[in-house]
Amino acid sequence: MTTVDNDLKPVGYGRMLRKEDPRFVRGRGRYTDDVQLPGMLHLAILRSPFAHARIVHMDTTAAAALPRVKAVVTGADLAGLGLAWMPTLSGDVQAVLATDKVRFQGQEVAFVVAEDRYAARDALELIDVEYDVLDPVIDARRALDPAAPVIRDDLAGKTDNHCFDWETGDAAATAAVFERADVVVSQDLVYPRVHPAPMETCGAVADFDAVEGRLKLWSTTQAPHAHRTLYAMVAGIPEHKIQVISPDIGGGFGNKVPIYPGYVCAIVGSIVTGKPVKWMEDRSENLVSTGFARDYIMRGEIAATRDGKILAIRTHVLADHGAFNGTAAPVKYPAGFFGVFTGSYDIEAAYCSMTAVYTNKAPGGVAYACSFRITEAVYLVERIVDCLAYELDMDPALLRLRNLLKPDQFPYMSKTGWEYDSGNYEPTMRLALSLAGYDDLRREQAERRSRGEIMGIGIAFFTEAVGAGPRKNMDILGLGMADGCELRVHPTGKAVVRLSVQSQGQGHETTFAQIVAEEIGIPPADIDVVHGDTDQTPFGLGTYGSRSTPVSGAAAALVARKVRDKAKLIAASMLEVSVADLEWQKGSFSVKGDPGAAVTIQDIAMRAHGAGDLPDGLEGGLEAQICYNPSNLTYPHGAYICVVDIDPGTAVVKVRRFVAVDDCGTRINPMIIEGQVHGGLTDGVGMALMEMIAFDEDGNCLGASLMDYLLPTALEVPDWETGFTVTPSPHHPIGAKGVGESATVGSPPAIVNAVVDALRPYGVRHADMPLTPSRVWDAMRGHAQPPI
Amino acid sequence: MQVPAPFEYARASTVDEAVALLERLGDTARLIAGGHSLLPMMKLRLASFDHLIDINDLHGELGYITVTPDEVRIGALARHRELLESDELAAVHPIFRDAERVIADPVVRNRGTLGGSLCQADPSEDLSAVCTALGASCVIRGSGGSRVVPMADFHRGPYETAVGEGEILTEVRVPVHARAGSAYAKVERRAGDWAVVSAGAFVRLAADGTIADARVGLAAVGPNTTGIPGIPAALRGRAPAEDVYAEAGAIAAEGCDPATDQRGSADYKRHLAAELTRRTLRVAVSRAGG
Amino acid sequence: MRVTMIVNGDEVTREIEDRLLLVHFLRDTLGLTGTHWGCDTSNCGTCVVWLDGEPVKSCTVLAAMAGGHEVRTVEDLAANGTLDPVQEGFMQCHGLQCGFCTPGMLMTARALLDRNPDPSESEIREAISGQICRCTGYATIVRSVRWAASS
Repeated sequence: MTTVDNDLKPVGYGRMLRKEDPRFVRGRGRYTDDVQLPGMLHLAILRSPFAHARIVHMDTTAAAALPRVKAVVTGADLAGLGLAWMPTLSGDVQAVLATDKVRFQGQEVAFVVAEDRYAARDALELIDVEYDVLDPVIDARRALDPAAPVIRDDLAGKTDNHCFDWETGDAAATAAVFERADVVVSQDLVYPRVHPAPMETCGAVADFDAVEGRLKLWSTTQAPHAHRTLYAMVAGIPEHKIQVISPDIGGGFGNKVPIYPGYVCAIVGSIVTGKPVKWMEDRSENLVSTGFARDYIMRGEIAATRDGKILAIRTHVLADHGAFNGTAAPVKYPAGFFGVFTGSYDIEAAYCSMTAVYTNKAPGGVAYACSFRITEAVYLVERIVDCLAYELDMDPALLRLRNLLKPDQFPYMSKTGWEYDSGNYEPTMRLALSLAGYDDLRREQAERRSRGEIMGIGIAFFTEAVGAGPRKNMDILGLGMADGCELRVHPTGKAVVRLSVQSQGQGHETTFAQIVAEEIGIPPADIDVVHGDTDQTPFGLGTYGSRSTPVSGAAAALVARKVRDKAKLIAASMLEVSVADLEWQKGSFSVKGDPGAAVTIQDIAMRAHGAGDLPDGLEGGLEAQICYNPSNLTYPHGAYICVVDIDPGTAVVKVRRFVAVDDCGTRINPMIIEGQVHGGLTDGVGMALMEMIAFDEDGNCLGASLMDYLLPTALEVPDWETGFTVTPSPHHPIGAKGVGESATVGSPPAIVNAVVDALRPYGVRHADMPLTPSRVWDAMRGHAQPPI
Repeated sequence: MQVPAPFEYARASTVDEAVALLERLGDTARLIAGGHSLLPMMKLRLASFDHLIDINDLHGELGYITVTPDEVRIGALARHRELLESDELAAVHPIFRDAERVIADPVVRNRGTLGGSLCQADPSEDLSAVCTALGASCVIRGSGGSRVVPMADFHRGPYETAVGEGEILTEVRVPVHARAGSAYAKVERRAGDWAVVSAGAFVRLAADGTIADARVGLAAVGPNTTGIPGIPAALRGRAPAEDVYAEAGAIAAEGCDPATDQRGSADYKRHLAAELTRRTLRVAVSRAGG
Repeated sequence: MRVTMIVNGDEVTREIEDRLLLVHFLRDTLGLTGTHWGCDTSNCGTCVVWLDGEPVKSCTVLAAMAGGHEVRTVEDLAANGTLDPVQEGFMQCHGLQCGFCTPGMLMTARALLDRNPDPSESEIREAISGQICRCTGYATIVRSVRWAASS
C-alpha cells in the first residue's frame, strides 16, 4: 500500500525519516557497552553448570589472588548484605547469587570484578565450587508428580513444584455449549520455549558514589523508572539518589524488562570496589539465563455447529515458569493477557484453566514481543480454528469470515471479560485475501498437488489487547501503569518532550515528535524527544507489550493539547480578541473570519517567555505535564496469509509469500509501522520454523549459542507484502493503537497453518513448532511429535 | 563477549617457518588461519592452547588454485570465497561451487580456508565431503619433507586428522577426468547452519555412457565425513538411471551412521542420505554429459 | 605484544595482550564503538569490519592477526562529512531500527556494491546472510542497498 508522504504534510503524521538514524548510520549510537568511565572495572559471573544441585563448598582464594582481580563475591557475601535474594516482577523471589542450591543451568553463583573483561573471565575458571548434584525437574508434565524433587525448598512449607492455578471464563456455561454442539474438536498444542535474543545482550554500568550516596546506573532496560523504584526497594538506596540511564538499546523484545541478577551484581560490585563496574553478559549467558518466552503446553477445544458457526472455546494450559516465577506481567494477570484466547470470533462461551509449575529451567515467561502472552492465546485460537476447518472440510478463510465479530458489536465484551474497544474485521480480512490473490492461490495449490508438489496457504486473524493499562486493575509490583509526559516550548518556539518510555529501536524520537507536532504545529525537526534517563524524564512504566503509543502516545498528545490550550489564551491577548474568536490551524491561531490576523506558535512561545504582562492569572512559560491513565487497552487486529512450499524429498519449508494486513487505528508514521510489522513477521518465521530453547534430560540447555539457537537470516524470509485498514480507538486521544507486537503475535499461526495446510494430503491436522525439516518429515509420515 | 584464555601469538611467513615453530612449540601450539572454528571454541573455553601460530601470511605461498588437464592443486590457504569464485575450478569440479554457496556465510567465507576446514575435521564439515567424493589427496609437510595421504585416510576421528605434530597440510590434489561431473547438496535448518546432512557426488562416464566411476561423500552422518564404499562397486558399468540413483541412495542410507540430535532424527538423516545421494548423482551425471 | 595496523587510514600502534580480539581492540583500545558485537560464535555478524578491503567478523579475528593490515570501520564510511550512499539508503528506506546490527550491515553492503554495483534482491540477501537483524525483517535493508545502488 502506498503511504502518505510527510513531505506533503510537513507537520505531524505521515512517512517521515527517523531523527535517530543519522547517529546510528555513523556508528555513533551510544549503547551500554559503549560507556567508558575513568577507572572502570569489569564484572564476570560464574554460572551453574548443573540444572539442580546443592552448593556444598566454594573456594574463591585462587580467583581472588589472580593479578588484576579486585573482588570476588559469592552468595554468602550477598546474604551478609541482605541482597542474596530479590523480588521478581511477579511477587516471587529469585536468587541474585545462589546461596543454598542452584535451580537452573546458568544460574548465577558468584562474580568477579577485575581491571578488564579478560582477567575477570580468567578468574571464573579459578573459583572452585563443589556441587551435590540433585535430580532435576525438566518435563513440566512431571513437575507435580508426588515423587518429583522440590525445587523451591527456599519457600517456607513448600512441598511440591506448584506455582499457581488460574482460570477465566465460565466453566459451566462452556460445558453446556460443548454438550449440545454438533462438532467438537480437540487438539494438543505446544508453544515451545523460545528466547527474544536481541542483538545486544543485557548489561549495565554501575557507578556508586559513596560520598554522595548516589547510584548512577546505565543499563539495558526497557523500563528505567520501574527499575529505579525496585532498586530503591531492594538495595535500600533512596530513590532520589538513583539515576537509571537506559541509553540506546540494541533491541529488547521483552528481554530487557526484568531486573536480572547481573544488574544487582554490578551495583554491588561498584559499592564494594568504590569504582564504576561494567557487566555485559555474553550471548550464552543471555540465552541460558535471561527471560525466555512461551513454554505453554495447551489443550484447545472448540465447539461448533456442523455448518461452521463457532460456539465455544475451552482450553487447559500447563505453564512452565522455570525455577523462579519471573513473569513480567501486571500483578492481577499471572497468565498475562492469555484471557483473550477467544480471539476475533463471536462465540457463546469460553473457559480456560491453567496450572503453572516450577521446573529447573531459567525464569521468565513474558517476553519476545508477546503482548503479555497474547502470542500463546492467538496461536491457540487460530490453530484450533484451522483444526475445526479441517474437520468440517471447510475453507479456513470462509470459516473465519463466518465467525468474525461484526462492526456493530463493538465495543465488544468478550466471554472472558475483555472489552474490545473497536474493530471492523471483515474489510481487513477481505483486503488480505485480495492482496494474496487467495482464490488463485487455492487453484494453484490444486494444480501443484496434482503434480505431487507440496504447497500450503495459511491464514491467521488476530485481535491484540495492548497498552497496559488502566490503573484500576493493572500494576506491576504496586506501580500503576500510567505514564507521565512533559512538554516544554522554548522562547524561540523549539520544544522538548520528555517521555517515560524508552525506545529499543521503535523510533520514539521520531514518532513522539510527530505526535506533538500534529497537536501543536511545531515541526518534528524542532522537537527534541528526551527519554531513557530517570533524572530527565517523568515517571512511567516503560516500553513493552506494545504500550508506548497507546499510553505514552496518548500522554504526548494530551500534554501538547494542554500547552496549546495555554497558547490559545496568550494568542487571544496578543490578537486582542476573545478566546472564542480564535481558530487553530496547525501551527497558528487566527481570528475567525480574518485569517490575516494570526500568531504562530513560535510567536506565542516568545510572548510566553517575553517582557510585558500576560493575561490575568496566567503564569509565564509555555509548558505542561501530564500523567495519562488509559481507560482501556487498545485492540489492534490483523489478517495474515502465508504461502509455503515444501520440498517433498527433504521436507524443507520455504516461506514463499507473506501478506500482512494490520489495523492499528490512526497511523502516525507508516514507515515505522511497516518496519515494526516486518520485524514481527520475521520473529514468526523464526518461531514457526527454527527457534527453540531445548533441554536434555539433565537440564542442559541445548540452545546456548547462536550456533544452536537459530534466528532467521535474510534468506529465510520473503519480501513482506503489507496492507492496512484504519479503525481508530475510540478512547485514545488520537485514535492510535499499539502495533509493535502484532506481527509477532499473528504470524506464527499463519505459518504453521500454512505448513499444516500443505500437508493435508498426508492427513496432517496439526504439527508443533518448530517445523524443522526433520519434524516436518515426521509429520508427513504420520509421526508428528510434540517438541517437548 | 566470551574471550579466550591467554596464549602466545606467533606469526609464520613461510611454510618452513610454520613447521619450525610447530616443532619447537610441540602440542601446545595450534595453527590458525581463518579461525572461525578455532576461535569460537577457544572463546567458549572448549579448547585451549599455549600458542597460536598465525599462518595467514602463507596465503601468498599456499593460496593458489591451479587447474591442469589432469589435476587440480589447491593450496591449503585458499579461502572459501576463492574456491566459490574460481570459474576454472567450477568448470572441472562444479561440486566446489555448489558446496561453497552453502558453507557458512559470505563474510565467514572471506576468511575460512580449505586447509582449516579439512583440518578441523568436524563431522558436519562440507569440504571434507567434497574432497571425499572427488577422491582427493592431501599433501602434508613436516621438517622431513612432504607426504601424500588419500582423503579416505585423512580423517582419524572427530576433530582428528592424519596431520601429525610438527606438520602442516599444504595442498589438496584432485584428479581431473574427461566426461566427469560432480554435485553437492546440503539440507540445513537455516542458511549458515551446519548440515543436517549433506552429500557430494562424483561421476565419470565411460565412452558408452555407462558409469565408469562414481563416488559419494556424506557429511553429518557419522563420526567423520564419510565415503560410501558400496556405491562405486554398485554403480560401475551401469547406465545412469533413476533406479540406479535410488539404489545408490539406499546404499548410502544403510552405510551411514547418523545420530539423533537437534538437527534431526537419525531416521530422517538416513532418509536424507538417500535423497541427497540420488539428487547429487543425478546432477553429476547430467554435468558429465550423461 | 606490540601491534601496528592501519585503522581508517591512520596508523596505530598499541601494546596489547596476544589474545585480544580485534573487536575489543577497536572498541576498548581505540574507542571506536561503532563496531558492535552480538555473539561469541561468529554467527551474528554484528561485528563486521573490513580487513584489507574484505568484510570480516572482528570477534573472530585476533588484533594481532590484523597487525600490518588495514582495517576499516563504520566510522570511516562517511567521507569529509558526506554520507556514503549506503548510509543514506539505510535512512531513506528504514533499513534500521535499533541500529545495533547496522554498522556491520553497512560495511557488508558497501563491500557488495564495490564488487557488484547493481546487485539483485537475492544477491543482497545472500551477501547479508551471515548477519542477523532482529528488527527489520531484512526487506528494508534490501531496499536500502538497492537505493544506494541506484543513487
